[in-house]
Formats: sequence, C-alpha cells, structure tokens
Amino acid sequence: MKGVALLPDTASTFAQQVDLLFWFLTAVTVFFTLLIAALVLYFAYRYRRGSTASRAGAKETDLRLEIGWSMIPLTIGLIVFVWAAKLYADAYGPPPDNALEIFVIGKQWMWHLQHPNGIRENNELHIPAGRPVKLTMISQDVIHSFFVPAFRIKRDVLPGKYNTVWFTPTKPGKYHLFCAEYCGTQHSRMIGWVYVMEPAEYEKWLASGGEARPGALASGAGTMAGVPTASLVQAGEQLYKQLRCNACHGAADGQRGPSHYGLFGKKVKLRDGTVVVADEAYIRESILRPLAKVVDGYEPIMPSYEGLLDEERTLQLVAYIKSLKKPLQTAEVKP
Amino acid sequence: MSVAVAKPGEVKHNYLNAGDTVLSWLLTTDHKRIAVLYLVSVTLFFAVGGLLALLIRLELLTPQGDLMTSENYNRVFTMHGVVMIFLFLIPAIPAVLGNFLVPLMVGARDLAFPRLNLASWYVYMAGGLIATWAMVNGGVDTGWTFYPPYSSSYSTSQVTLTIIGAFLIGFSSIFTGINFIVTIHKMRAPGLTWFRLPLFIWAHYATSVIIVLGTPVVAITLLLVAVERVFRLGIFDPALGGDPILFQHLFWFYSHPAVYIMILPAMGVISEVVACFSRKRVFGYHFVAFSSVAIAVIGFLVWGHHMFTTGQSVYAGMVFSLLSFLVAVPSAVKVFNWTATMYKGHIEFRAPMLYVMGFLGLFVIGGLTGLFLASLATDIHLQDTYFVVAHFHYIMVGGTIFGYLAGLHFWWPKMTGRMYPEGIAKLAALIIFAGFNLTFLPQFVLGYLGMPRRYHWYPEEWQMLHVMSSAGAALLGIGYILPIFYLLWSLRNGAIAGPNPWGATGLEWKTDSPPITHNFEETPIVTEEPYAYENHHHQEEVASGTGASAAEG
Amino acid sequence: MVQEQAQQKVSIQFEDIAQQNESYIVGMWTFLVTEIMFFGGLFATYLVYRVANQQTFWEAHRHLSIPLGFFNTCVLLTSSLTMALTVHYSQRGLRKQQLLWLLVTIALACTFLVVKGFEYHHKFVEGLIPGANFRFEPAEHMRVAQLFFSLYFAMTGLHALHVVIGVLVMTILTVLIAIKHPSVQDFIPIELTGLYWHFVDIVWIFLFPLLYLIPR
Repeated sequence: MKGVALLPDTASTFAQQVDLLFWFLTAVTVFFTLLIAALVLYFAYRYRRGSTASRAGAKETDLRLEIGWSMIPLTIGLIVFVWAAKLYADAYGPPPDNALEIFVIGKQWMWHLQHPNGIRENNELHIPAGRPVKLTMISQDVIHSFFVPAFRIKRDVLPGKYNTVWFTPTKPGKYHLFCAEYCGTQHSRMIGWVYVMEPAEYEKWLASGGEARPGALASGAGTMAGVPTASLVQAGEQLYKQLRCNACHGAADGQRGPSHYGLFGKKVKLRDGTVVVADEAYIRESILRPLAKVVDGYEPIMPSYEGLLDEERTLQLVAYIKSLKKPLQTAEVKP
Repeated sequence: MSVAVAKPGEVKHNYLNAGDTVLSWLLTTDHKRIAVLYLVSVTLFFAVGGLLALLIRLELLTPQGDLMTSENYNRVFTMHGVVMIFLFLIPAIPAVLGNFLVPLMVGARDLAFPRLNLASWYVYMAGGLIATWAMVNGGVDTGWTFYPPYSSSYSTSQVTLTIIGAFLIGFSSIFTGINFIVTIHKMRAPGLTWFRLPLFIWAHYATSVIIVLGTPVVAITLLLVAVERVFRLGIFDPALGGDPILFQHLFWFYSHPAVYIMILPAMGVISEVVACFSRKRVFGYHFVAFSSVAIAVIGFLVWGHHMFTTGQSVYAGMVFSLLSFLVAVPSAVKVFNWTATMYKGHIEFRAPMLYVMGFLGLFVIGGLTGLFLASLATDIHLQDTYFVVAHFHYIMVGGTIFGYLAGLHFWWPKMTGRMYPEGIAKLAALIIFAGFNLTFLPQFVLGYLGMPRRYHWYPEEWQMLHVMSSAGAALLGIGYILPIFYLLWSLRNGAIAGPNPWGATGLEWKTDSPPITHNFEETPIVTEEPYAYENHHHQEEVASGTGASAAEG
Repeated sequence: MVQEQAQQKVSIQFEDIAQQNESYIVGMWTFLVTEIMFFGGLFATYLVYRVANQQTFWEAHRHLSIPLGFFNTCVLLTSSLTMALTVHYSQRGLRKQQLLWLLVTIALACTFLVVKGFEYHHKFVEGLIPGANFRFEPAEHMRVAQLFFSLYFAMTGLHALHVVIGVLVMTILTVLIAIKHPSVQDFIPIELTGLYWHFVDIVWIFLFPLLYLIPR
C-alpha cells in the first residue's frame, strides 16, 4: 500500500473557497450527529424501563419546539444556499478577460486538449499558475465529465453542446484528471494529469512546442510530438477558406449572410424576434445546424455542415470566427 | 402447523394454515400471504444484490482492477444498483410490511383490490426474472441510471431487456400504490379518522402518492430509451436530433422521488417502533404526519439537484438547490420528534428499538451529508464521487434497511406467531451497525479526495480507505446472514407470541398472531387516539411484571 | 335515480355495496392519474423539442392530414357522447339501449382506428417512418423532422394502443351484457369503462392540436 491520502490537494482559488464551505458543512454535520446521538443515548439510558427518573410533565406535542426545530435547519440551509450559489455562479459564469482558453474534446476513452497556439495534448494538460484558465468542452460520443479534484472543479462534457468552466490554478504540481461521468468499458482509464507550472517554466514549455516537460509522464499520454502545430486560429482560417465560408460571410453584412467580424459576444436578433448572445455554442450550432437560429433579415438558405466536420475541425472554425474582430474603420453602428 | 402447539388438540385457524398446497399460495388473494410471497422474493433478490456488492468490494481491495475485467466490473455494479433499487429497496417495506399491515392497521379484511395485489406480485416476478435473464445473458453495463446516449447508442449489453424488466417492476409498484390509496381512503374502520391513523399509514399514503405520480414518467422515459435503441428513433441521442439532458430531467423527476418511496415507509416503521418501546405517543403526531406529505410534495420539485454539473442554467440550479434545502426541513422535523418521543418514556431495549436508534444516528448523517450535495459549490466537487455513494448508502441502508429490519423484527411475531430469539437479534443489529459504518464512513473521505464513482481502477494512494471499506462490507455481510438463519429457526422453535407480545397499540395487535384469513372476527370500532400508551400503561406493567416505579405524569 | 336492479355481489373485503362502488371509482381515478403522468412524460418531451425546433416542426407537421385528423377528432368526440349515453342507460338498468349505444361507441372507436391506419400507411408510402429509410425534403430538416415523426408515432401509437384496449374491454362488456352475466348486473363496470374512455378521448383532444395544428 503506497501512502495514505486523507486530504486532497488544494490547488485553485476555487478550491480554497469550496473547502471553507465544505468544512463548515462538516462541522454542522458532526455537531448535529453528535447532538442526536447523545440525546438518543442519554434518553435511552435515563428513561430505560424500570429507571426511577421522573416522567412528570412529559408532553405529546409542543408548537414552540416544532417551530424552533423547523427554523434551525431552514436557517442553516438558507445560509449555505446563498454561500454556495455565489461560488457556483462564479465558477460556471463568464471567466475573466485574461483567461487562457483551452479546448477539450472528450471521447471514449481519452481526453484531447488543444491550446490556442496549436499545441495538442492527450490526457495531459499543462497550464501556468496564477492565470485563469477557461475550458470549452465537447464530447464526440457519450457524456463525459472533466474532473480535477485538486481544483474542486467538475463539468459534464456533453455530445452536441459546448460546456465551459473556468478556474485559477494557484499551486504548481501534478494533479489527477478524471472522467467523472460513467462512459463505458474503460471509464476508469479515461484519466490523465494536469501540470500546473510556474509561469516562466510554462513559457519555456510553450516555446518548445510542448516538448519541455517536467516530471514523469504516464505512458501513452503526452503532447503529440511531430504534429505541425499551426495555431487553432490559423487552422480555422484555412478551413474557413477551404469551405468557402467567405463567399457569403464577408467583412460587412452581405445579402446572403451576416458578417462574422465582431460577431463573438454580440447580441444577435433572430427571425422569430428572440435575441441570443453569440457564444461558442451559438457559433457551433449555426455551422452545423444553420436553420435552428436564423438571423433576422436573412433567408434560411445556409446548408448544414453536420456530418462534414468533426468536433476538432468545428473547434478550429469556431476559434477562427471568434478571432475575427470588427475592422476599425467600420463605425460602431447599433442595429 | 406451528400454531397447533399453542393449544394442544385445537388447531386455530389462521392465514398460514388456511391452505398448504403450492397453488393455495400462488393463487392467493390474501394480502398477508402475498406479503409473504413478496418477503421471500425480495429476500432472494437482496441476497443477489448483496453478493454483487461483495464482488465490488473484493475487486476494490486492490487498485489495479485485477479480479475481473472492466467490462465485468461495470456489469456488476450496474446490476447491484438495478437489483437493489428496483427489486429490493422500492418494494421491500411497502410490498412486504405495507401489504401485510395496511389492511390490519385500518381494520379492513383485505386491500381494496386483492386480485390486483396478486397481479402486482406476478408482474414484479416477471420483471425480476426478465432482469435476471438479462443478467445471466451478458448483463447490462450502463449504470442503473441508463443515461443516453451511452445506453441508447453505445452499450452492447442487454439494455433493452433490463429496461423491460424495470418497466414491469414499475407497474407492480403502481398496482400496490393504487391499492393502498383506495384502501386508506375508503376502507378505514368506523371511528378511525385520518388523525387516528398510525403514522405508518400516513407514510405509506405519501409513498403511494409518489408511486402513482412518478413511476409512469420513468416508465415512459425508459421505454423511449428502449425504442430509441431498438428502432434507432432519435429521441435522446444528439446524433439523432435528441437531447440527452432531457432524459436526465425525466429520469430524475421519478428517481429522486423514488428515494422518498424507499425512505418514507421506513420512517413509518420508525414511528411505530419508537412509540411502542418508549411507551409514549409519538411526539408531535401531526407534524410527523404532515412532514411525510411535505416530503412527498417538495420531493417532486428537487430533481434538478442531480444535474448541477450538466450545464443546466445557473438559475435553474439555484432554484433546485433552494428547494433541496427546503426538503431537508421535514426530514429534520421527523428526527427531532422521534428523539423527543424517547424523552420521559419507558424505554425497552428490544432488537427493533436498537435498529431505531441506529436509524436515528445514520439517517442524521445521511441527511446532513445531503446538504453537501444540495449546496451548489460543494456539489461541483462531490458530484459523481464516492461521497455521493456514501451519502445515499447512509440513506438507503442506514435508513431504509434499518427501518425494514426494525419492522421485520417488530411484526415478526404478528406475521408468524413466533418470537425471534432476542439475544442473537441484538447481536446482529450491532454487527450490522458496526459493519455498515466501517464500510461507508471511509467512502466519504474517498469522495472528498476525488475518487469518482463507477471506477474499476483507482490511484494507489487511496487503497487504505478502500481496504477499510471492504473489511466493513465483509462484516456487514455476516450481519445480514444472521437474521436469515435465526428468523427461519424461530418459525419452528421461537416462543409462542400471542396476539400482542409488545403490549403495543394499533388494530393489528388486537387480532390473533398470526391473524385469521380475514384479519378480524368482526370489524373493529376505534374509539381512542393513536399510540394511546398512557391508557395501556397500568395493565401492561402489571402484566409484564417489570415492577416499574415510574411516576405517572 | 338509480332504478332498483339486481345488486352486484359484495366482495368479502368490503362492508357494503356503497363502499365497494366508491372504492372502484376511486381506484379508477387513481389509475387515470398514473395514465396522465404516463402521457405527461411524452407531452413534456414533445413540448421541449417543439419549442426548440418550432420552424422544422412546422415544416414536418405539414405532412400530416388536418382533414383526417379533424375527422377523427369528431369521431372520438361523438364516441364520448355515445359512451355517456351508455352509462346513462346503464344506471337506469335499460339493457337494450345500453347495448345499442355501446355498440355505436365500439363502431366509432373502430372508425378512428381505421382512419389512423390510413394515415400511418400514408406516412409509410411517403417514407416518413423514422429509421434507416426516413426521407425528408429539404435534407437539412431531416434530423429534426425525424425527431418530430418519432414523437408523432410514439404519442399517437400509445394513444391508439389505448383505443384498442378500450375496444377490447367494450366488446367483452357487450358480450357479458348480452348474455346477462351476473358480473355486469349493475352499472359500475360500464361507469369505469366510461371514465377510461373519456380519458382516451381527452388525450386525443390534446394530441390533435399539438401535432396537427402547429402555428408557423
């Protein structure tokens, strides 16, 4: 038996916050368990049949008591609810602007991760300490779940829909990465490592194209050495041209299709009058199933790319479209 | 027959000796006999589920996953879940104790629809046998939750057969639920008003409402998965146009309330036993009764707390989280009331009472660790880890099975006419309590460390905790085997019980043990409040000769 | 008022005929609640997908025949009326009228099934049966259209199954009444069947607009 772990690593800002709540709840649990156990044992002993303890004044019901012990769990519950909801909204909400964006593809039974500069890793993730990291995740087959206990972070990885989560690693080290949603035969082998590195070391790692690796590697894992590492955006640009997306989507809104410049993060009005925010999920859906959300003022004429693009190439396209900023000369005109 | 010994030369009629051919059992419409049929069946399935659990714990003794292949391991834990939940926990208390006691407690000669009741057992057996058939013909590896698209498009195991089995078992519990609702509404004895009903009946009424409202939804949902799998219709698989998250919503809409289907009847048992062995009316009767109803109602609104990490909207998550904290309140109210019932009682340490005391401790832990999972931020970390596994075993084993065993011992004399052997029963209760805690306490730690559920392999540094857990499981196994032997032994050799060995209140104790076929010689008339132990106090103490010197309040 | 007639046998578990009758009625209602939840799961699934794919569902629903659907709605509504008449005469103990209206109800139910059969056949000819041979124009809509037809067949199929069960039960009752079997001497069996039949009817009242009348 190798070592005994009783406490998990705490390696993200979120982990610190969650732990505080966790230990508060643990204290509540221990307190009430001991309280009930003590009362049960004490009553059982003192009022055992045949004991001489006075039974005078035993009641059948007491409204004040009932209200009292309804309010105690209610109050504790409400406090914990607010405390936890705040943290939850942060973790699953939008990340800070300087977040490092990593794309994650889950498939039976491996993790495939892509850095913005094109470095790809399997079952390993290298990230710098101190900088927020945003994961945009999708599954190629069944439901998986990206789980790094040291960060207290978990998010399901769904087929057909992007899910995001962000966190800020704090402590350099090597941490477990698990798939937490049962996904078939090799579920317990869909695991890997997250390496949190000092920023300087991380820069070195980036510069070497992911070759400089500290620490031992799990077999079969690692950066795909030798793969030409065009950045995600470059790969997406190539694909964009190859698929002739620019034939309809120009620098400005055209007759056939709206422009992609400055699209990301913008509010888009649809034909049916609803307004959606153009996030990764919207862009992905509009590529694969263009008719699901047709932009106001346009005809539903775009062909579907479903089945023609795998998740990886879709990601590249999404990354490229995200990178298209509004040209400076165009005046900011609100629609 | 055993009862013949009671009065030599005179065989008293009862439901057990009303016919001794196999057919007289298989075609019976007597709720008590059907309860016995269920008792035998659920015990068999419990043994199967228990053996599967032992296999899991044996495998997890070592981190390398060297006992079986991953494929087999996945099948074993799936079938452990399917068997324990659908074939044991859901029917255990309602279909065995409930079936036996609901008509007795309301003073009726049988349930409203005796043939429907028998049909329920046959449908249950058909479902159970189909599930067993699936098990021996390759098994099923989706987890008992059947999440698509894995279950509908990827798994190569016997998903369809197992779903048909689960579908049928669902219908058997619907039949039982309808029977209870009608019986409790329409067949109460004269004078037995709603607030004179035993809390066991309140609990079963709330349970039946959940069964009737929830089970059909999961039935149709599982059916859709099977249809998607067989005909490649696209309903939940995103590759076919569907949404796998919708399945989870529909599934948990039933399966969270199903937790209350499993625990509420146990709570009913606890109320009866704690009152009897404390010689006191259950403290705050109305609050305990209505908390069952509150649990049934709010329990239907909390299903989304199984899905905090799936990507449902943050606001939906908050609503489900808030409601989950609310549903904790009625459970807490019950625990406080049972504890208060013991205050200034005359407590007798019989085996059922030991189970009740164990229940109180374990259910508190199970309930409070539920708060970790209702709380959004901690759930992100703990969801799908061993923390969840430990939490629901504290509720399902520490709650439901302790309640079931308490009830089985408490009403064993009523069901069989014989007493179980007290000493060894107490020993078994202690072993089960110790073994259970040793098995599942380490799993809370494992979950906090990050050990995911349904893992065949795990990192070496967690082995110590797994070894502790497996050792506990062995102890627990011994604890479970004991009752099977001494209860069977008592059928022939136990002391004759008499109609009311505990000096308990309630209509079921006013008839013979075992009861006659139609329960009562004549329809009883109820004139007193439930748990009127103060009325029975004097005569009982004189009779039992305990020489109590308690001051009367 | 209920006419004096040969009373049903009271089963051993009941105190009297009133308790027995009430129990059966409460039991039937409880059963219908489970049925509502059963269909409810399907309706919920349908509504979620329809809200998400309004446009394509509209395209797909144009392949359903509104005239046939409307005709079937009328048929079922009429059958509810004839069923109500059956119950009415049954409570009065008028055997001949009871038989007559029961037979009319069965005939209407069969009409519904035949029309439904024509509709299904038409879908088959058009290649609208979900599965490998599913065809839909325009092709971009195929995936979601298949979802629509999957739900269409699941919902109307389950409903049709309920109609078939209704026909079987009513046929058995007809025979029993015709031979003056003691088990149908009072109105409870007809009353219960009536409740069931109205439920089947109401389900269709929801199905028809949901599936056939989708606004653009």
